[in-house]
Amino acid sequence: MSASDRRSFIKAGAALGASAAVGPWFIKDARAADVIKVGQLHSLTGTIALAEAAIVDAEKMAIDEINAAGGVMGRKIESIVEDGASDWPTFAEKAKKLLQRDKVAAVFGCYTSASRKSVLPVFEQNNGLLYYPTYYEGQEQSKNVIYTAQEATQSVIAAIEWLAKNKGKTFFLVGSDYIYPRTCNKIAKPTIARVGGKTLGEEYAPLGHTEFSSIINKIKAAKPDCIYSTVVGGSNVAFFKQLVAAGLSGDKQTLLSTVVSENEIDGIGKENAAGYYACMGYFQSQKNPANEKFVKAIKAKYGQDRVVGDPMECGYTAVYFWKNAVEKAKSFEVAKVVAASSELPLDAPEGNIKLHKSNHHTWKHARIGRARPDGQFDIVHESPLIEPNPFPKL
Amino acid sequence: MSFDIAVMQIFNGISLFTILVLMALGLAIVFGLMGVINMAHGELMALGAYVTYMVAHVFERHLPSLMGVYLFFAIIMAFLVTFAFGWILERGFIRFLYKRPLDTMLATWGLSLVLQQAYRSIFGAQEVSVPMTKWLTGAWDMTEGIQIPLNRLFIVGLTILVSLGVYYLLFKTRWGLRIRAVTQNRAMSGAAGINTNRVDAMTFALGSGLAGIAGAVFTMIGSTNPLTGQLYIVDSFIVVVFGGVASLLGTFVSGFAIAQAQTTLEFLLSGSMAKVAILLMVIVVLYFRPNGLFAARVRQ
Repeated sequence: MSASDRRSFIKAGAALGASAAVGPWFIKDARAADVIKVGQLHSLTGTIALAEAAIVDAEKMAIDEINAAGGVMGRKIESIVEDGASDWPTFAEKAKKLLQRDKVAAVFGCYTSASRKSVLPVFEQNNGLLYYPTYYEGQEQSKNVIYTAQEATQSVIAAIEWLAKNKGKTFFLVGSDYIYPRTCNKIAKPTIARVGGKTLGEEYAPLGHTEFSSIINKIKAAKPDCIYSTVVGGSNVAFFKQLVAAGLSGDKQTLLSTVVSENEIDGIGKENAAGYYACMGYFQSQKNPANEKFVKAIKAKYGQDRVVGDPMECGYTAVYFWKNAVEKAKSFEVAKVVAASSELPLDAPEGNIKLHKSNHHTWKHARIGRARPDGQFDIVHESPLIEPNPFPKL
Repeated sequence: MSFDIAVMQIFNGISLFTILVLMALGLAIVFGLMGVINMAHGELMALGAYVTYMVAHVFERHLPSLMGVYLFFAIIMAFLVTFAFGWILERGFIRFLYKRPLDTMLATWGLSLVLQQAYRSIFGAQEVSVPMTKWLTGAWDMTEGIQIPLNRLFIVGLTILVSLGVYYLLFKTRWGLRIRAVTQNRAMSGAAGINTNRVDAMTFALGSGLAGIAGAVFTMIGSTNPLTGQLYIVDSFIVVVFGGVASLLGTFVSGFAIAQAQTTLEFLLSGSMAKVAILLMVIVVLYFRPNGLFAARVRQ
């Protein structure tokens, strides 16, 4: 290659590079007018993918529905799905990417509190907006987060009161050993005392524990009227199977869990879960037009075998909460969307709910369901709307 | 503590003992006899669990009348599949790493991640539900207050059977003789005409097959998801290391000690504290006996 050849080669290369840089810039500019970007930040791989993959599907469906109906303020939603890979630093990294590079208007994401805590500073520094669709322990409030699922008091207090009234006043508390169960039990114990009941025992098993025989014997020795369980994940499957094997099946022993939704029942085994109670904001078996439409759409899109649980519904409603807030604010700006979210109502599959005036959580119903042999729940109790109280005085 | 609870606690101790032995036996062979640190051992158990899940579905769909005995087929299938998989794994992967223990650890750990994601892609991230055999559901009411879970009784029986089988294989057959010879002195065994490559593959495959059996049985008491293996791997290693690598007897004794300690402490303290206490006990014992409870005298 001679010198002049090389020069023209470099020139051509530079021109090519320039056109490549210009091209997308033009296209992006043209598209920006009718597209608004949002992020979906969940674990698609790793430990927590177990629970989060289904939420991504539900959120995606809401986005598609909104797009089919004309989008948000005339702009189609483009969703960017990022995989947090069940790894908390990865969550923070991906949140940064969504906010700084993609400049998304809102992010729907996170499942575990650990992942939320790791993205929180990113959202606050970059003034992003996160919709968090999972029931959690409370004790948090940020100007950059909207919480669309129950915080602990909204389910625990309602559950304990109902159990004390209908099933008996002695309780045994079992949970996995981390923040959610410990906070729930911190709320449960004074509630039990307030309704005139008695806490006979409180047990924690390490996360991932699969051997519950000793804890079950302690329960047998204590003979409580009710077991309140916050055992999670694979441990939960082991706990339920071993309870049934030890002769404490749902028809003989009252057990209520605040962490078992329809999605978990599948793994526990329908026959093992039958007869036990769960307290959630939403059950698939709820009868109302909005829910029937929602369940039908999920099954049509993802297969007839799909079941819908509380976190999926909360992810779905989160997208609509955002859309309605944007339309009310007539702006995609975070501060304006948050301001418009105050007391924003929504006709969700779980019924009429609304966002709180100031604490960014959601007014929700607590529902208690009894698991049927087919894996669905018979709803036995439904509370009026409960005010979210993320910082309860105990 | 009432008499009833005491009886059930004793049974729990025995049951956990058999569960730990079943869990650790395959690892004791692979790690103990061959010296391969297989971090993917848990995933082999998960493979056994998924084979059970598939067999259950085939029976449910095509042979519903035989659902009562599907578990026996599932256990045999789980053994065969993981045995074959172990053989392929040893021939295609592990054998290149024999002289490099640290690399083996890293490579098998990588393999475990690959397998986990493979299960996730094939079976989905959600838990799968393995149906319980009817006659193994519920408990045997010994008296009014004593219930013995039937599936745990089954595991006790199966573990005894498997242990006897392994004992027979290793100590009563020519093939076992070869394994022991290779373990003691590889070069001499080779010189004496033993095909050491073949013995390695068989031994690794046997250890894998035992993991498959454990995985199949644990579907009755635990969960089946892509990460199931992770729940068992740590306990398995603790049992094997505590008992003394290269000693099958050690595995049994350590399984018994840990099981009794855990059930007792769990009843007296809490689940988390019991775990802490057991790990402390293991540390103290390993401090004074670095080779575990039973150190086998093997020519290094």
